[in-house]
Amino acid sequence: MANDVLVYIEFKDGKPTKAGLQALGAGANLAKSLGGSAIALVAGNGLDAEAATLGAYGAAKTLLASGDAFAQYSPDAVAKLISNQAQATSAVAVLASATSAGKDFLPRAAAISKAGLASDIVDLRAEGGKPVAVRPVYAGKARVSVQASGTLFASLRPNVFPTPAQGGGNTPVTPVTVAFGLADLRALVSEIVAGAAGKLDVAEAEIVCSGGRGMKDPATDGKQNWANLEKLAQTVGAAVGASRAVVDAGWRPHAEQVGQTGKTVSPKLYIACGISGAIQHLAGMSGSKVIVAINKDPQAPIFKIADYGIVGDVAEVIPALTDAFAHALR
Amino acid sequence: MNIIVCVRRAPKTDARIKAGPDGKNYDPAGVEYDISEYDKFAIEAGLLLKEKLGGKVTAISVGPKDVSRDLRNVIAMGADAATLLVSDAAHDPWATASALAAKIKALGFDIVFCGQTSVDSQSAQTAPILAELLGVPCATVATGLEVADNKATVQREIDGGKREKYVLKLPAVISCQKGLNKPRSASMKGIMNAKKAVIEEIPANAPANLVNVLKMDMPPPRPAGKIVGEGPDAAKKLVELLRNEAKVI
Repeated sequence: MANDVLVYIEFKDGKPTKAGLQALGAGANLAKSLGGSAIALVAGNGLDAEAATLGAYGAAKTLLASGDAFAQYSPDAVAKLISNQAQATSAVAVLASATSAGKDFLPRAAAISKAGLASDIVDLRAEGGKPVAVRPVYAGKARVSVQASGTLFASLRPNVFPTPAQGGGNTPVTPVTVAFGLADLRALVSEIVAGAAGKLDVAEAEIVCSGGRGMKDPATDGKQNWANLEKLAQTVGAAVGASRAVVDAGWRPHAEQVGQTGKTVSPKLYIACGISGAIQHLAGMSGSKVIVAINKDPQAPIFKIADYGIVGDVAEVIPALTDAFAHALR
Repeated sequence: MNIIVCVRRAPKTDARIKAGPDGKNYDPAGVEYDISEYDKFAIEAGLLLKEKLGGKVTAISVGPKDVSRDLRNVIAMGADAATLLVSDAAHDPWATASALAAKIKALGFDIVFCGQTSVDSQSAQTAPILAELLGVPCATVATGLEVADNKATVQREIDGGKREKYVLKLPAVISCQKGLNKPRSASMKGIMNAKKAVIEEIPANAPANLVNVLKMDMPPPRPAGKIVGEGPDAAKKLVELLRNEAKVI
């Protein structure tokens, strides 16, 4: 139907991802205001039972693609599938999560469909019977509201849209067939190279503890500070982030960089330690729900956007904070 | 090797951005520009590949006439030729990729490098759309690259600190991420070459946008926060506030 919203939901370890459910919730809300319904799209083998449970999160029906082409992940397979189903369902909007996979396959899908894609959106609504998406630009220094000429494709920034509450029953699952196999795909993952085991990704974490130049060089006088920050992160279940300055200095890996040339994060709690708050850094984390800053310089720009600040030396404050959290969370 | 590098000029990352009089685009007054950071990794990837396998590096950009200055800098870094697809319009990724694809098809190519995203529009779409338009494989957000035997082996970052490895048959499009290499500065010889170089300038002829901006505005400012205290003694109070006032733990 022309007012339906198609939502591609990523699965991980046989379950829908939280970001996928958030996209489904946003898609169901949009469909409701347009007078249509949300159609979930899932790809993978052996997911029939789990795919049906998407009904509890707002899907009116679920389309499931399985078989040879989805035995091994390929962004091309997912892109072709989404484009095919966008056409088959005549959806007014096509959504997926702006995860590393979503950012990879959705532009391909939109290109195959010759449709406009709004990347990494933070709001989605209907205006005059058409979907309108809002996305940050210039790393959050500004935002634009956009509309597509035809079908609107959009990738939704994780942790911005609420995870829908579970309610209602299962959906019918309709198998969809695809006219391509593994041999037709141009890019296939040949190998997954594991990073540090069990490391929480800074873009997905609900709490982020970041360190800046004020933490000092981990090879010399900053060694204890970074160990303390890791301990704080572990205590509160946070991911460790870093400012650009410390990544460029080679103190921390780029995967941890928060800011304009790193990751944009929107956790519920962001703890900035020894970070002065350059405009490029603020741009990447100012969407956090609550910001805490620890810095010995009371004039540091980070205090202008922090909800709570402690003026002090990270070497002393971080261990005290870790103890206080450990006590409170016990 | 026929190596193409796509380059975008964007406001510098420390630029103050505010909405312009049309309410749809930023106000260019006082804004300084540079090559978008990620495109520098693309340029370096192209130059390193040429040094290894031989060939020619051609830089292409879509933008207003004065972007030819930025392309001259790319030649100073070591590129052999540059083309500016001239346009003053604000194109969406589809329109930009379409203009690039037409020129790249005409030039012929073995490998195309782009930045993984631009620091201004942050759409991260141009490379994958370009690959679809050229009908070739694509890997995005590359942090590792090896090219041999007409194949590119690419590592890309995925969520959770893991990396995926792709083997792509050339020709292919690869979008480059920080960490892939360390971009070089211009050499003296390069600067001399760049002075003499002729930058090809042709109209972009981009199709209409598929994504249309209704308005640009600024995110609401964060309300003023409070200093909880000084030194380690403030930690306990902070945790209480996070629990009872902010309710985040």
